[in-house]
Amino acid sequence: MATSTMDNQMEFVSPTRRRVMGLVFLGLAIILWVIFARNVEPEALTTFRMTPGGAENPLPNWEFTTLPMINILAVVSAVIGGYQLARGFGKRTNLMLGMVVAMFFFGFLTWATSGGSLNLAGLFRSALVKAVPLTLGALSGVLCERSGVVNIAIEGMMLTGAFTGAFVGSVTNIWFGLLAAIFAGALLAAIHAVLSIKYKTDQIISGTVINIFSTGITSFLSAKFLQKYQHLNDPGRFPTIKVPVLSDIPFIGPIMFQHNMFVYALYIFIIALTIGLYYTRWGLRTRAVGEHPKAADTLGINVFRTRYLSVILGGCMAGFGGAYFTLGSVGRFDEVMTAGRGFIGLAAMIFGNWNPVGSFGAGLLFGFFDALSAKLAILKVPIPSEVMLMFPYLATMIALAGVVGRGQMPAADGQPYDKE
Amino acid sequence: MSETEKGKPEKKDSGKIFLDEISKSPLTVTILAIFSGLLLGGLLVAVTSEDVYAAFGDSPWEAIKIGANAAWKTYVALFNGSVGNPTKIIDAFRGGDPETIRRAVNPFFESLNQSTPYIFAGLAVALGFRVGLFNIGAEGQLFIGATTTVIAAIFLKGLPAIIHVPISLLAGFVGGGLWGFIPGWLKAATGGHEVINTIMMNYIAFRLSEFLLRGPLQDPNGFTPVSAPIEDSAKLMRFFESPIRFHIGFFVALLFAYLVYLLLFKTTWGFTLRTVGANPRAAKYAGMSIVKSTVLAMFLSGGLAGLAGANEVLGVNHNLAVAFSSGYGFDAIALALLGKSHPAGVVMAAIMFGFLRNGAIQMQLTAGIPIDIISVLQATILAFIAAPAIIRTIYRLKEPDMDIDAVTLRGWGGN
Repeated sequence: MATSTMDNQMEFVSPTRRRVMGLVFLGLAIILWVIFARNVEPEALTTFRMTPGGAENPLPNWEFTTLPMINILAVVSAVIGGYQLARGFGKRTNLMLGMVVAMFFFGFLTWATSGGSLNLAGLFRSALVKAVPLTLGALSGVLCERSGVVNIAIEGMMLTGAFTGAFVGSVTNIWFGLLAAIFAGALLAAIHAVLSIKYKTDQIISGTVINIFSTGITSFLSAKFLQKYQHLNDPGRFPTIKVPVLSDIPFIGPIMFQHNMFVYALYIFIIALTIGLYYTRWGLRTRAVGEHPKAADTLGINVFRTRYLSVILGGCMAGFGGAYFTLGSVGRFDEVMTAGRGFIGLAAMIFGNWNPVGSFGAGLLFGFFDALSAKLAILKVPIPSEVMLMFPYLATMIALAGVVGRGQMPAADGQPYDKE
Repeated sequence: MSETEKGKPEKKDSGKIFLDEISKSPLTVTILAIFSGLLLGGLLVAVTSEDVYAAFGDSPWEAIKIGANAAWKTYVALFNGSVGNPTKIIDAFRGGDPETIRRAVNPFFESLNQSTPYIFAGLAVALGFRVGLFNIGAEGQLFIGATTTVIAAIFLKGLPAIIHVPISLLAGFVGGGLWGFIPGWLKAATGGHEVINTIMMNYIAFRLSEFLLRGPLQDPNGFTPVSAPIEDSAKLMRFFESPIRFHIGFFVALLFAYLVYLLLFKTTWGFTLRTVGANPRAAKYAGMSIVKSTVLAMFLSGGLAGLAGANEVLGVNHNLAVAFSSGYGFDAIALALLGKSHPAGVVMAAIMFGFLRNGAIQMQLTAGIPIDIISVLQATILAFIAAPAIIRTIYRLKEPDMDIDAVTLRGWGGN
């Protein structure tokens, strides 16, 4: 699904990287065996519940003895690691990395649940829900940065979207609230676009300005009005919709297809953006402007118009993502309620290689750790939840440092275009 | 100066030349940006005042008057909160009671106290800017600096103050410095962008300090995640009796501003750092090490931010609590830009921010204006400074001959 240039570059895996990855795989296998397998009662059972709380038609629980499962996972990881060291998986290295990491965490969960029970379906469902705002933020970033405008103002746009959605949603109805949130995001994006495209302000500074402004104005207005008049902060929430047929699929249905419309919108946006960016004229032009604006200009593409459009669309996306907080999740606005999720969305975009599907994957990863840290508190694992919560950030830094491979950043990202 | 050549050959009188120079000066833009920001802030207060809407029914003129009045009252409250109420101060001095005098002048000194962490954090961000690095992580470095400081200040016992205070400050500097060193090293070694890495390190820092405060650092006599109080010997000296909390940290901050100035502008190292920031390619061809400069700059930047945390712990709070900082590190970005990344500019901007912040707390109490208006002011002022063309268009200023002070950062990918 990626462009051909990306595939060409991904095929080459340097010998160092091959070896480092092999050692990483082996290291994870050793941790599985030394730390997890050694600390388990031989007869202990692990029980995973396979239906989220409150869903109909429950699946039977999945019950197995802990120790053999961990041993199997460790052996498979070790074999993959050995092959990687000896021969290498070439362009499938990242796939293997994903598999080994997934096995590692499955082993970790198996170990943590040993002697107890964990709602696996609930964990995945909660991970997906937590991934929604992150991924919407990341998609906003993808839109802007593919056209060559860095957007670190996602956080501010989401916060303003959340506020506007709650306020307008309370005064009128929830759909107008959603529209207003999108509009608010677009408005801030327009400011960002004018500052960074017309006035050629440094885009990171312009983004910082918008973030500070958004925090200030939403908290100001909230303290002045929303807290005083509670009826101005009661927009209600979008109802949960069960998708016919799909929601009846065992295990997957309750996890993926019993949500409110934000989750479905996210699916649609991911597909639409992937098609739009890689298979349409608009996408080709946008990416061309982000990679080499001068060449695009020479070919008659209007660089400025393309960038304005992309940034404003990105603002709409961030505004929509912000509305999720008030209209999709909590049902009211609280000051600074986005709590840095816009920044994590930005990280998800980079982690996901400026690519909609990749962003979703990264968003799910972050969401998973967020959900996991909440569950682990219940399981009484000897890992403090604060340490667990550090993990996504560490993972991002490791990914950025090159374990996952060099990012395919748009070449002209962050550079104002000067028409000569 | 092609403009004068193009124009009529008539001789300009000195007054006109003087006006021209003012019009071109970057300082004029800064002052006008601050003025416009305050104006817009006043407008926001007026527009969101409910009395204004109530009066609109009677006559729009009345409503405008009430709105202007509300804005005026807000800024009066801001002034009284940050500098002190002038009539109160005069009365206090006439009365001669020392405690009343201290109370009356307390706002002024409290504002200086608020400025102190701003100076440190602003210097941290400014130093990064000079080397072309965007250190968003000042907040996290500040937390780590505060944490290492509090460790040194609690667990080292029996030292005289003259040794304990510098050691505690040094602990803060090194702690914050390490937290800055990591993204600096990652940038130099792998090209991972410092903006993302410092944001990530911020969250790790918050979690880490939270973890420590719920675990090993928690006050054994308390139940909340707060550290034990620090040793008396580690406290920064205060100049006056209660309620004035003004302490020596302010002067330490000024000293560091001077040191940063010396480093940047009077040493070979500083020249290297600035060259790497201004033109990495030229620096490379001149044989300067970009890697070394990046790592060094991030370490120093983190260390300065760590000192901001140390200062709060040793001078004001005397212990460490979860989320004690409330955004000094983030505000520092704005004030480094406002101060044009020059130590002297940063000090002035930091003092302004300190007064604004302290005044805003009073303003919230007396005029009922939420403190968050300060962020709106900061953002608008910053936008005008970052895009001086807007200010020049509004006030019909002349273009400067050269935009010397424009801050430029490099995109995600480094060079």
